[in-house]
Amino acid sequence: MDFLSDQAPGMLPGNRQMPPMKGAIEAPHGTTIVAAAFPGGVVLAGDRRATMGNMIAQRDIEKVFPADEYSAVGIAGTAGLAVEMVKLFQLELEHFEKVEGAQLSLEGKANRLSTMIRSNLAMAMQGLAVVPLFAGYDIDRERGRIFSYDVTGGRSEEHVGYASTGSGSIFARGSMKKLYREDLTEAETLTLVVQALYDAADDDSATGGPDVGRRIYPIVTVITDEGFRKLTDAESSEIARSILERRLEQPDGPRAALL
Amino acid sequence: MADRAEYARKGIARGRSLVVLQYADGIVFVGENPSRALHKFSEIYDRIGFAAAGKYNEYENLRIGGVRYADLRGYTYDRDDVTARGLANVYAQTLGTIFSSAAEKPYEVELVVAEVGAEPEGDQIYRLPHDGSIVDEHGSVAVGGNAEQISTFLDQRHRDGMSLAEALKLAVQALSRDPNGSEREIPADRLEVAVLDRTRPQQRKFKRIVGRQLARLLEADGAGSTPTDAPSDTEDGDAADTPTATTDPKGTTDTTDSGGDVE
Repeated sequence: MDFLSDQAPGMLPGNRQMPPMKGAIEAPHGTTIVAAAFPGGVVLAGDRRATMGNMIAQRDIEKVFPADEYSAVGIAGTAGLAVEMVKLFQLELEHFEKVEGAQLSLEGKANRLSTMIRSNLAMAMQGLAVVPLFAGYDIDRERGRIFSYDVTGGRSEEHVGYASTGSGSIFARGSMKKLYREDLTEAETLTLVVQALYDAADDDSATGGPDVGRRIYPIVTVITDEGFRKLTDAESSEIARSILERRLEQPDGPRAALL
Repeated sequence: MADRAEYARKGIARGRSLVVLQYADGIVFVGENPSRALHKFSEIYDRIGFAAAGKYNEYENLRIGGVRYADLRGYTYDRDDVTARGLANVYAQTLGTIFSSAAEKPYEVELVVAEVGAEPEGDQIYRLPHDGSIVDEHGSVAVGGNAEQISTFLDQRHRDGMSLAEALKLAVQALSRDPNGSEREIPADRLEVAVLDRTRPQQRKFKRIVGRQLARLLEADGAGSTPTDAPSDTEDGDAADTPTATTDPKGTTDTTDSGGDVE
């Protein structure tokens, strides 16, 4: 990024000249991203809906991307800007690795993402916000870690083991609050995040649930010491279907004990 | 001008040699390099690798410049728009300018820029001497140290479609030869080896070969084994013997015939 600002500052997302604006722009909004850690790694998942006002702009948008071999970023906010930012972030990590001959630490990566979000603040204040959720496997500490951000780029590590961002995050977080345990297996954690996304879609019109007819399922990714892996359509559809079957009996999902 | 050329050539000849060879699945870089941290071979982009002989800090500069050029170009346009040819042109311009400029000393470096294609026909190897010229190479190339002797040796023995193990062994054999024709042994921990492997599933095709994988390739019987195969027959005395041919090439394996056989 520093090199870009020397050589080609116009390519930086935050550097566009904006005309004075009145009122908010109707731009597509990305919507619920969830992350959950388990012993040995972390899961990051996102829904597939992009909305423009009250219209669905896209049914199958991808909001979760690998940043590099051991980390991933999910983005809520203005879709076009967010995708561009992810592209630059991926490049930044790759560039560092090639020039230095070593990968950045997970903290270093989280930091750089902070700076990128911060540089977008001017546009965020005009209504074009980008808010990511960053998750990665820390090779040194041998565990998954989750970082959430606010619109100014301020980052905070999530120590409770799960996190969510986007318009549906409130519902997703409530769901995970009751379902999450620290000792879930990888497979259970994968189901957990899809449950949380389902609950978010249930209450937030801007979050899309699984579309069985069109076979559009949430993007679910997992990062362990073996690296980043995105679940295939077959794998995520299996999880979504097993959840849907149970929901036919219990539409509100699994019940928690009262005490 | 002649002085500058002489100066640069001498500097490059003082360093260690490296070889770049085409093999069935891509391109392999082999060099003697006792250092763990300072590399002669590096990744530039998805399909593009960089190799250099000569003065380290000078070619480090060029390497970083190349990575920047490639990343910027790939970001501005698309990843497919970054080519070794474009990169080689940029290097040639840079080296040419430095060489012609009276104010700077000439760079004592010789570079190789290589790109692996989807098929062997798409592979490209460019050699860039210190003065900014570009030479389009095929099959095998050696730079640094006693490059000419090594090149001749390689030309006679290299053939298309060699396995990685075969190509690696040939390279080590070539590098082990001293200018006066005698051979010495280069142990595996003094070798730096990297490949651009077109069969890799990842987008980035560059990979360093170290440790156990390197040892396996050096030991393996040369009969067409792939990099991940375990060593095969025991007939060729594979007991931790010599990674390099201290005997006649005819003696051990029968795949790399002496006398440059032609298909």
